[in-house]
Formats: sequence, C-alpha cells, structure tokens
Amino acid sequence: MYTGSDLIKNNFRMDRLPHIWCPGCGHGIIMKMVTQAIENCNLEKEKVCIVSGIGCSSRAPGYMNFNTLHTTHGRALAFATGVKLANPELKVIVITGDGDCTAIGGNHLIHAARRNIDITTIVFNNNIYGMTGGQYSPTTPIKEFGTTAPFGNIEKAFDVCKLADGAGATYVGRGTAYHANQLVKLIENALENKGFSLVDAISICPTYYGRKNRKGSVVDMMKYLKDTAIDVKVAAKLPKEKTEGKFLIGEFKNIHEPEYTEEYLKILESIKSK
Amino acid sequence: MVSHQEIRLSGSGGQGLILGGIILAEAGIIDGKNAVQSQSYGPEARGGASKAEVIISSESIDYPKVEKADLLLALTQVAYDKYITTLKDEGILVIDSSIKHNNDIPCKVVKVPIISTASEKIGKAMVANIVAIGAIQQLTSIVTKEALETAVLNRVPRGTEELNKKALMEGYNLAIESTSSKAVNKIV
Amino acid sequence: MKNRSVKLMQGNEACVEGALAAGLKFYAGYPITPSTEIAEICSQKLPLIGGKFIQMEDEIAGMAATIGGSLAGLKSMTATSGPGFSLKQENIGYAALAEIPCVVVDVQRAGPSTGLPTAPSQGDIMQAKWGTHGDHPVIALSPSSVRETYDLTIKAFNLAEKYRTPVFLMLDEIVGHMREKIEIPNKDEIEVIDRIKPEKGEADYMAYRLNEGDLVPPMAAFGEGFNFHVTGLMHDEFGFPTNDSDIADKLLRRIMNKINDNVDDIVMYDEEFTENADLIVLAYGGTARSARSAVKKARMAGINVGLFKPLTIWPFPEKRVRELIAKTKKVLVPELNLGQYVLEVERIVGDKAEVYHLGKVNGEAITPDEILAKIREVL
Repeated sequence: MYTGSDLIKNNFRMDRLPHIWCPGCGHGIIMKMVTQAIENCNLEKEKVCIVSGIGCSSRAPGYMNFNTLHTTHGRALAFATGVKLANPELKVIVITGDGDCTAIGGNHLIHAARRNIDITTIVFNNNIYGMTGGQYSPTTPIKEFGTTAPFGNIEKAFDVCKLADGAGATYVGRGTAYHANQLVKLIENALENKGFSLVDAISICPTYYGRKNRKGSVVDMMKYLKDTAIDVKVAAKLPKEKTEGKFLIGEFKNIHEPEYTEEYLKILESIKSK
Repeated sequence: MVSHQEIRLSGSGGQGLILGGIILAEAGIIDGKNAVQSQSYGPEARGGASKAEVIISSESIDYPKVEKADLLLALTQVAYDKYITTLKDEGILVIDSSIKHNNDIPCKVVKVPIISTASEKIGKAMVANIVAIGAIQQLTSIVTKEALETAVLNRVPRGTEELNKKALMEGYNLAIESTSSKAVNKIV
Repeated sequence: MKNRSVKLMQGNEACVEGALAAGLKFYAGYPITPSTEIAEICSQKLPLIGGKFIQMEDEIAGMAATIGGSLAGLKSMTATSGPGFSLKQENIGYAALAEIPCVVVDVQRAGPSTGLPTAPSQGDIMQAKWGTHGDHPVIALSPSSVRETYDLTIKAFNLAEKYRTPVFLMLDEIVGHMREKIEIPNKDEIEVIDRIKPEKGEADYMAYRLNEGDLVPPMAAFGEGFNFHVTGLMHDEFGFPTNDSDIADKLLRRIMNKINDNVDDIVMYDEEFTENADLIVLAYGGTARSARSAVKKARMAGINVGLFKPLTIWPFPEKRVRELIAKTKKVLVPELNLGQYVLEVERIVGDKAEVYHLGKVNGEAITPDEILAKIREVL
C-alpha cells in the first residue's frame, strides 16, 4: 500500500497512484503544488472542480480527489466555462499543457481571459508534445529540436504570460518546478483572484525535450531552471546585460476587474427585482 | 366551404414585408383558420428582390411555400419582374403606381400608389406594408377587418397605433377606389 | 383543450419554447444561420427563469460548454447548422462516451462547406448517424411542423436525460424558419423526465455503476459532494481511465445497448393511408409536408399511395417499415440530398421492395408536384 504525507492522503486518489509520468518529469511536482495551494487557501474540496484537456499534464486531475473532468484536446477551458457558469459556486481550476492551451486550445485561452471568467489556469509548460512523443509545440524555443523539427524549429515561441495578459487575464504569473515554494504562492494568489488567472508553470521533460535537445540529466534540467529563472522584482533592479538569456518568474499582473459570472448574476438579479 | 389562399409579398429589404406577412398570418389565426408564413433569407434577402409568403386556409396546410400565388404584391420593379410568373392566371396583381407592368398579363391588375400614400398622405414611408395589407384585405377578404386590425395593433410599436390604423384605412380606400365597379365593403 | 394558447410561431422559436417546457436551464452556442434565432431567443428567455446563456468563441466551445453545463447539473442545449455540426462532432463523441445528457439542434442548410447559406437541406442525416469517430449510439429526431418541433424538443430532452446521451434535433431550414399556427399544450399535458441521481450522501458512489437490471447509471452533478471523475477515455465503473480490453468492450457494448434495447421506447413515427397502399412515400422533416400534399393529390387522382413519416430518424423505425413492406412492395424516399436516408431504407427492405429516391440539392424545397410526378413514374 502506498503511504504518503497527509497532503497526498487528503488530496489524492491514493488508489490511482502511482501516476503515468516518466521518471524525472516535472509535472508531479507541479501537481503537488496545486494541491498545496488548494490546502493553503482552505478550499472546500466538494466545491473544487479541476478540468483538463489532453496531453501529459491533463492526466493530473485523474489522480486528484475533487470533482474532476478530463476533456478533449484543447477544450478544457471551454468545458470549464460551462461548468463555472452553470454553477458559479464551484472553484474551477484548469490544468493544461503548452500544446493543449496555446495551440489547439489557443482560441479558448484568449476568450476565457477576455471574459475574465473566474477560472484558475495552471499551464504545465514543458515546451514539447510529450504524450505523442516529442513534437515541437508553440513554446518550443526557436532553433531547438523536436521529432517534427528535425532541422531545428523556425517558429517563434509564445510567451504564455504575455499572451494571457494581452487577452485580458487579471492575474498572471510564472513559476517553475524547481522554485516549488514560490509556485505554491503564485497558485494561491491566482486562486484568490476573482477572475481569470493564469500561472505558467515551467516543467521539465527529460524524456523527449531534454533528450532531443541534449539538455543533460534531470538534475541538469532542474539546475537550468534554478540558474536561468530570475524573479521579476530582482530583474527590475539589474542592469540589462545581467538578465540576457534568462527568463522571468514571479507575479506579473494582479488587478481587479468585473468577473463574468458575477456580472451575469447581476443581470439575473436586476431581472428578478423588476 | 374550403378556402385556401396563397399570397406573395415582394419588394426590397426594409419595406416591412415580413412583418406584413406575419400580421396577415396572425389575422388568419384570429379568424380561426390555419396560417403559415415564410420568407427568403440570406444573400437573396440583402438587396435585390425579397419576399414574404403567407398561406391562409380553412384546412391543414401541408406544403408551406407558395406554389402559384392567388395574389402577388410587388412594391418594386425588380420584385415585379422576378415574381410575376409565379402568379396564377386568375390571380390578383397588386403593384405600386411606380411599377411598369406588362399589359398582356391575364391576371387582374390593381395599380395603386401604396408607397406615396404612406410617405406623403400618412407621412411615414415605413407604413407602406400596412397600407399594402389593408389593400389586400379589401381585395380578397382573406382575413376579416376586425382580425387584421387586432393583428396590426398586436405587432406595431407602442405609440404608433393611430398611425397604423390610418395606414390600414388608406389601404382599404386605395383598393375600393381602384375597383369602383365592385361592391364596396363597409369600412369600419 | 381549454386554456391552450394559440399563436403564430416560428419553428426555431418553438424549439426554444419546447426546451424551456422540458426544463432547459443552460445554453451555450455560436451564431450560425439558419439556427441563430434559437440562440437569440434563449439569450432573452433563459435569464428570465434564472437560467444561463453564453455565446462562446466558436462552435467547438459551444458544444464543450454545453457538456460542462450538464455536468454541473443543468439541462443543456446548443444549436447550430451544418458547418457548426461538423465542428461539434468530436465533443459530441465525448458526450456519447462519457454519457452526458444534452440536446444538439442542427437546423440543416445546404452544404457541403459553407454551401448555400441558408437554403434548406437534409444533407446532415448521415452525419448525425456517423459524424463522430468510433461507435456510439445515436438518437436523432426530425420534426415537420412548428408543433412537432415543440413536442420533439421536449422529447429530445426526455430521451437525453433518460438514456444519458446527446440527442440530435434535426430541423431543416423549412421548418426552422417557417411561422405556423401552434396550439401550446398546457403544463399538465407535458411529460418531463429528469436524469436519475444517486442517493444524497451515498458513500460508495461510483459514477458509472449500474443499478441492477438497468443500462443507464445514475448521474451526480459536480459540487454535490461525490468528487467523481469524468473522461473521454475508456473508463471503469468509477470513471477512471483503463486500457483493460474486457472493460472497454463491455462499456461500449452497454452504451450501444442502452439505445438498441429500447428502440420501441425511442422510435416515433406517423403514417397515413399506409394500409394496402401500392406505394409508400417515406419522408421526414420539411419534405414530409410536400410528401403529404403529394399523397393527398395522388389519392384524389385515384392512385393508391400512403405516407410514412419517421419522427425518430435514428434509430431507424425498422420494425414498422418491415411490416409495411410485407404488403407494399414499393417505397419512394424524397429528401433534400443526393441519397442518404434512402440508403438505410435500402439496407432494411432493399431485398423485399423496390426503393426509389427523389433527391434535390439546388437549395429549394421539393414540391408536391415533383413527388407526384415521381409517384406516377414508378407506379
């Protein structure tokens, strides 16, 4: 019998573990941090609904002991929008991947953000299509390799955070599987924002992305996250040359704007009072 | 007695023909008859000729489209040219005075100033549809005047009731003046 | 009947009124002619009863959100036309496998592709049956009048809830856009079926466990305390994914059988003059109106023909059609496509009867005279 910490016992379907992810995959860490943030926010478990699409990331909800919905490729946010509007009392969380969220599901991402509907989206971003065996994704950096980019990727990568910000998300942050404690705090803040929140959680895929691009061992890939990520507040105080080649983590946006389901309920109230 | 009449209202988009059709159909229902109303949609309805169709029958109505019309209303030349062949030989053609028609057509032609009556006499071009259905009622008795008036008042915007009642009266009058030889119904 | 309201109503409007009478509380969709009035009227009427309407970013999202709304416990519907019906197919398959009740309205227009917007068509009949990948059960209803649209929309919800499955309401532009006199039944004349739910607080709830002797598992809603899992993968009784070949086989066969074993409960049809007819005109949707008119004209002319009108398109009313063909050896299928439903008629009775087809794809309705001419030709 699997034995784990109270956090795992309280939040996971113990009989569904172990998970299917490869050894060294960053997704397990991020999944645990999602549950840690749910615990820290004291959310009522019966009122939490976790929705996912298709891909490695999207297997997470199956292991998590909440109302869980594993949908079709790219459509998690669209299903989640239906769930949230039908029952706004539910705390709806979407777990998605870089391909799921920004390629096949890109349209749903920008419109969920535009509506500012109260859904917390965690992107398990490993820069590759892992489930199908290592094809390049919209977040694969230029010049890097995938099984469908044998001569190097010539497409620019999306900055998921800028995309969400531009589309109207009211909370945007980025963390990594290495900076686990910071990631928990980012997800907590995202859960507390009444509106559309997105946390770009940088994961690692040693099996495909790492191997295809000679990124070394799992430890090397973790070390890369540690050495290359700079907190946005720290970066602000550094000269430009010191931030070159690095990526930013931390909280990028946290503002209040009217939320979709609250605005909808206002319409219902105004009709009732007539 | 079985009564079954098929009417096609044609003109250009924005002339309120669909509303005219709906009002005629609703009047038919008020009279206790069956009624079906349909129209052309899509690119055909944007510019060019547009049409609304009404069938009013004492029996059940199967095929909902007008096959050969008992009455054709044409408010524009384009609509007349396009739909004149769909009128029964013994049917009634109601056209606006502005329209040139073929003198050889076998049907009864009622050429009356529908558009100018609406825009000049009543002062609102948008009530041309109501003038037209008033004329159609007078010519065909397809619905009763009571039912038509009720149907008009149910559908038109609040505050325009008197205007539309007047439009209906003018429509009756246009038809009566055009068929002075015919027995004239008492106007309510 | 006393107190029934009588009015002129459009087919698309009757669809919404029927849906509301059946308990519709959630609509998600994307505008497309000739179905748009359904979305517009839902956006006006749902808020008045505390229901939810949302215009999604695309057709795929419309279907996805409809399923989400149903999982959160609300009776849900979406409406579209051909191009959107194509886009919705993957998520329709999801609803079939995950057994999520919902109603999908397809107001058919002439295709393929953008085709003839928005001329009438019955070109999506086979798509309704085979549109999504994999085997799955299909219930599709097709009304031919405004009143039938009202009644069959209620029926569509009832079947969706009873069998936990998406149900298609296959309107065509003729019926969707025409206005017709309709007598609205009183509330107490309408049967409304709701999905069976698990007992409150049932400790060992399993999302796909059957009650004994039943083929449809009770359905909880998200947020009711059951914390269950739903997936589009083959799944076990808990709803968890599995690659177990026995479980997958059993699941798919049960999902098919819950419909196949209840065909008599699902199949509805109308018929007139079918006893001892020399030919039966088998027609559905808007075309059935032309067929009825043609059959009446033929009988006036002394030609002995009958009309069979399936209201349930899928499953095919196989039993009754076989019975009719035992006596009548000719069938004519007029439809607004180049030969779709006729294929099923041929499959069922092709070895026992002569099956004729009258197809039309120029964007206009088939006229009674065209059907009458075909009747004269084949008799």
